[in-house]
Amino acid sequence: MTDFLQRFGRSWLSMVERLGRATLFLLHILGALFSLVKRPSLLVRQLHSTGVMTLSIVLVSGLFVGMVLALQAYNTLIDFGQENRVGTLVALTLVRELGPVVTGLLFAGRAGSALTAEIGLMKATEQLSGLEMMAVDPYKRVFAPRFLAAFLALPMLAAMFSAVGVMGGHLVGVEVLGVDAAAYWSQMQNATSFTSDVCNGLIKGLVFGFVVAWIAIFEGADCIPTSEGVSSATTRTVVYSSLAILGLDFLLTAVMF
Amino acid sequence: MNSRAIEVLVGLFMLLFLGAMFVLAMKVSNLTSFTSTSGYTLVAKFENVGGLKPRAPVAASGVKVGEVSDITYDPETFEASVTLTIDNRFSDAFPLDTTASIYTAGLLGEQYIGLDPGAEEDMLQDSDEISLTQSAIVLERLIGQVLFSRSGGS
Repeated sequence: MTDFLQRFGRSWLSMVERLGRATLFLLHILGALFSLVKRPSLLVRQLHSTGVMTLSIVLVSGLFVGMVLALQAYNTLIDFGQENRVGTLVALTLVRELGPVVTGLLFAGRAGSALTAEIGLMKATEQLSGLEMMAVDPYKRVFAPRFLAAFLALPMLAAMFSAVGVMGGHLVGVEVLGVDAAAYWSQMQNATSFTSDVCNGLIKGLVFGFVVAWIAIFEGADCIPTSEGVSSATTRTVVYSSLAILGLDFLLTAVMF
Repeated sequence: MNSRAIEVLVGLFMLLFLGAMFVLAMKVSNLTSFTSTSGYTLVAKFENVGGLKPRAPVAASGVKVGEVSDITYDPETFEASVTLTIDNRFSDAFPLDTTASIYTAGLLGEQYIGLDPGAEEDMLQDSDEISLTQSAIVLERLIGQVLFSRSGGS
């Protein structure tokens, strides 16, 4: 019994300790962000590897999610004679929920895991210590640009996801199923507000970007520097990011809408 | 990949984001149609607003001229006080004896306010009150009346 309690207590304490380390790490990164003003090229390079490289999967998924939404919405709404509202349903679902959430999940899988693996390998091959040896601060050179790039790229990708999804909904709803094009757009515009729907979606994207960037970079920097350690850190990044996105999404939705 | 190609791709990425925001602002949401700030307000008191909601359209002869910006309960007159925001393009377009009625678009559609202009010479100005109003038709009340008149007739 005491053994069990001891194990429980130890795991709890180590979790709290890890959380504390992650918070200190985050504060250190935030402090190093200002140095990016002097070296914007580092940020551009990271925006390429996190944002541009994730673009294709996000656009394709957005298109298909929008098309499926239109198909499902049409089949349900036609029973009530309200098939003109397909546009409303597609737009609100994408802008409020699916845009930020699905993009966040894809981003965690595509860019978050890559960030963790990259930083983990840098640690395992002692490149990070090498940088410190040369008096280069890894927080300024390695962590801060990656953090900022991931933080900015996610909401941008989410906006593109929603926009492409609405186009996909138009493709299926209007071109294939024959909903009136004017009704599709006007019903959508009547129901969607820029400030309370589109902007709230963007805020969700920013929050998810912050969390994914934090988790991915911390897991990389905190991993056990072996090949096994890197692989388990990569797995943890994807799992924790996905859980954090889904949990935070519920909280944000409860507060916003 | 050299840094020039990377910079070009990131630039394209930014442009794509701006394009997406443009689509979301102009085509998906109603940023182009006027907002509640660019117009003048009229107040109408209704006995019952039914299912009318803020941001419901205000139409004259079926043309959208504004939207409902606020609905509150007035404890002085025991009526619902509805604030309408009318687009500035339609200033001096409604006579003093304009009637405001709550209509339903279709049988189950959303409710909107229809303005029927009267014959007065003077026009409604900012923050004037529309005195002639017609409340929403509440389906339950209508059914109740039909049942009542039937049982009364037999």
